[in-house]
Amino acid sequence: MTEQTTFLLRHRAVPNIDQLQVYRENGGFEAFRKVVTSMQPADVLAEVKSSGLRGRGGAGFPTGIKWGFLPNNIWPHYVVANADESEPGTFKDREIMESNPFQFLEGLMIASYAVGANLSYAYLRGEFWQIAHGLDEDIAALEAAGLLGDRLFGTDYSLRLRTHLGAGAYICGEETALLESLEGKLGQPRLRPPFPAVYGLFGKPTVINNVETLANLPPIIEKGAGWYKSLGTEKSPGIKIFSLSGCINKPGNYELPLGTTFRELIFEHGGGVPEGRTVKAFMSAGASSTIVTADDAALDTPMDYESTQNVLNAPLGSASVIILDDSVDMAWLVDKTVHFFRHESCGKCTPCREGTYWMSHLTHRILHGKARPEDIELLDTVAAQMQGKCLCALGEFSTMAVRSGIEKFRADFEANVRRAPHG
Amino acid sequence: MNALLSKYPEQVEKILAKYPADQKRAAVMPLLYLAQTDENYVKQQSVYEIAEILDISPTDVVSIIGFYTLFHAEPGGKYRIQVCTDLPCALRGADQFLEELCASVGVGVGETTPDGLVTIERVMCLAACHRAPMFQLQGDGDIAYHENMTVEKTLALIEALRRHVKTGEAAHD
Repeated sequence: MTEQTTFLLRHRAVPNIDQLQVYRENGGFEAFRKVVTSMQPADVLAEVKSSGLRGRGGAGFPTGIKWGFLPNNIWPHYVVANADESEPGTFKDREIMESNPFQFLEGLMIASYAVGANLSYAYLRGEFWQIAHGLDEDIAALEAAGLLGDRLFGTDYSLRLRTHLGAGAYICGEETALLESLEGKLGQPRLRPPFPAVYGLFGKPTVINNVETLANLPPIIEKGAGWYKSLGTEKSPGIKIFSLSGCINKPGNYELPLGTTFRELIFEHGGGVPEGRTVKAFMSAGASSTIVTADDAALDTPMDYESTQNVLNAPLGSASVIILDDSVDMAWLVDKTVHFFRHESCGKCTPCREGTYWMSHLTHRILHGKARPEDIELLDTVAAQMQGKCLCALGEFSTMAVRSGIEKFRADFEANVRRAPHG
Repeated sequence: MNALLSKYPEQVEKILAKYPADQKRAAVMPLLYLAQTDENYVKQQSVYEIAEILDISPTDVVSIIGFYTLFHAEPGGKYRIQVCTDLPCALRGADQFLEELCASVGVGVGETTPDGLVTIERVMCLAACHRAPMFQLQGDGDIAYHENMTVEKTLALIEALRRHVKTGEAAHD
């Protein structure tokens, strides 16, 4: 069995690492000191690019390349940490911020230095109220310790961090909606281009990085890109936190090298499904994922960005693996996910606003024994018509479970339809 | 007179200081949280006060309240118990938990106890999928997670809140 690592979930190895003194006694903020005092921003960017680190929020876009998109003739630059973690099945950023907050903040500070930002924000979902207040105290402690503020380590570099709380809207995890929300507006995605790298927060060049992505930066600077690339797979280097939930004996976060198989996560780390049950299917990227039939080939697939997409036709996303055992009715599941997306659709673009509304009508009808046989096909058609037409990924995601559920588990839908009086 | 400003002058100043001086509008959400501190909803008067502080229209403030689920335009319970019943939580019995909780308290989903103490609501994913059944408790200007819950533990919490409101005794850790 692959051993779980503690490079990100470091509190599992070092008690009280959430206290500044303990974090510093264990090498904390040495990576930040190193970049500010001995590296040019371009060197930091090159190191991160060379590490192969990819965005951990879901898209898997190379972090160094993302940073490199910021133009050098428009200032100021901003970095915004995306701490809006709201995907059903995802609860990893929360554990980092609750238990190892300084590593996250140090990562945000390193990213800020790398792109020349002097003011950066952490955008947390409103429900993370207590985490945000904890981070505010941590930021104050960093200012008092001279690690944030003006002329850091005697250089010309100055940096300040601020938290900002959302207020209950999944869409704000989408980076342009997040920026709108941070500007005090409705959290609705922007039409792109221009991209945030050019026109971001307050209309200025902005990098938006996920919490887990940022938490990877201190160890990468400390141990080097070569070390990071020695973990994981060639195209998906490094480590990843897998959030495991659903019908599983030991739900929780597991920090493992990318490329570990689903089988190992589910049966060795997660302790398998409840007694007497078998794994029917799983979702690799939360509610936004296609439903994957849990056959041997699927279970033996390595959990990295390429394999998951190419073999399973499912995204790895934020690696929120939801396990579904043989007691789960897929029509019920699809009703749940569609209800979620209908509730969270921001209403800005018509395909998503109307599509999620009609899909939820149909799934409700099917689930409550009021559907006609042709409603299954109608549901699939509505989903198909949404694809490729929505302003942001939310609308697209809402169709994934619907289409894959009908394709792979049609019998579950038909069984519900047969319960209808005219079915 | 701006009641929000005169009641919380330091907090308002601190909130405004988080954003560039020419981007005051960014402070609308933190100010709404501040306005909600006492009664767990935003009074009409506060809408006008926030609009005045930020130099935006009251309509803009109202649109923000309407868009985000943690802001409330209408009074509800002094506390809101917001139970997640999304897919991962539902696979761990969250729907049944919510149903039994409502039956025990004697209210429907979305309803408030007759004494105005708690509203029980169904909400979307709260990033606590591994510790369901769970809910967040919104009230007293705070949002706190309660995880791995049972109906029994929740009823005890509600009783503690009731005592807290009557006597000022601490309701939870």
